[in-house]
Amino acid sequence: MPVQYYIFLSMALFCIGIMGTLIRRNAIIIFMCIELMLNAVNLLMVAFSKMYADSSAQVFVFFNMVVAAAEVSVGLAIIVMMYRKVHSVDINILNRLKH
Amino acid sequence: MSIYEILFWFLTIMAISSALGVILSRNPITSVLFLIVTFFAISGHYILLNAQFLAIVNIIVYAGAIMVLFLFVIMLMNLNADVEPQKGRLLQLAGVIAGGVLFLVILAALKSATVLPLEKTSSDIGLIKNLGRVLFTQFVLPFEISSVLFLSAMIGAIVIGKKEETKNPLTP
Repeated sequence: MPVQYYIFLSMALFCIGIMGTLIRRNAIIIFMCIELMLNAVNLLMVAFSKMYADSSAQVFVFFNMVVAAAEVSVGLAIIVMMYRKVHSVDINILNRLKH
Repeated sequence: MSIYEILFWFLTIMAISSALGVILSRNPITSVLFLIVTFFAISGHYILLNAQFLAIVNIIVYAGAIMVLFLFVIMLMNLNADVEPQKGRLLQLAGVIAGGVLFLVILAALKSATVLPLEKTSSDIGLIKNLGRVLFTQFVLPFEISSVLFLSAMIGAIVIGKKEETKNPLTP
């Protein structure tokens, strides 16, 4: 299987994530689309690691997962706090950054 | 068509269709479940690429921890029965066109890129032994720094998510 197929697959996943970020209004769904984009990048890194027979890229995928986990914990805490204030996760209501 | 190619196309179709399901489904719970299916498909791709350790870690961390966190938050907010207001048709069309145009541009740019063929012989770089050796010799400083990142994320999540106490009478 040539590596181009993996490149195109991760590009497709990344662009689906971008589309989801642009067309949805639910903040949690937007977070999930960001996770999807991070995973597309991870898949591309693993494919390149196989291509060059180098395991540094796989270690970077590991760090990528660390950053994603930290980002999700803080982001979901922010969303929960916002929901407590305004009782909505609609980003058109959340875009004022103060109540 | 070998079993490898059949598995590749099956996992690819599964990943892309469930990723479309994430952004198209109305119910947030359904979106989370589709995203878990996507992560399992990506883990299958990792196994096909001989990255067994990352496949297991992907399932444990993403499908096990992060998605449970998402589900927990959605159920805590009781959003599963809520009807989400939609963006306007024009805005949705603009978003789809923007994403599609980005896809076309990257596709056109990478179509003629010169790449090496995927290595067939060296199949042990994704095993936990080699990965651990690289992680603890070459990347030991970023590994330790990531623990500080986790600590700060944990403290930040606790501080942000804490219930607001009564107002301090000294502040106006």
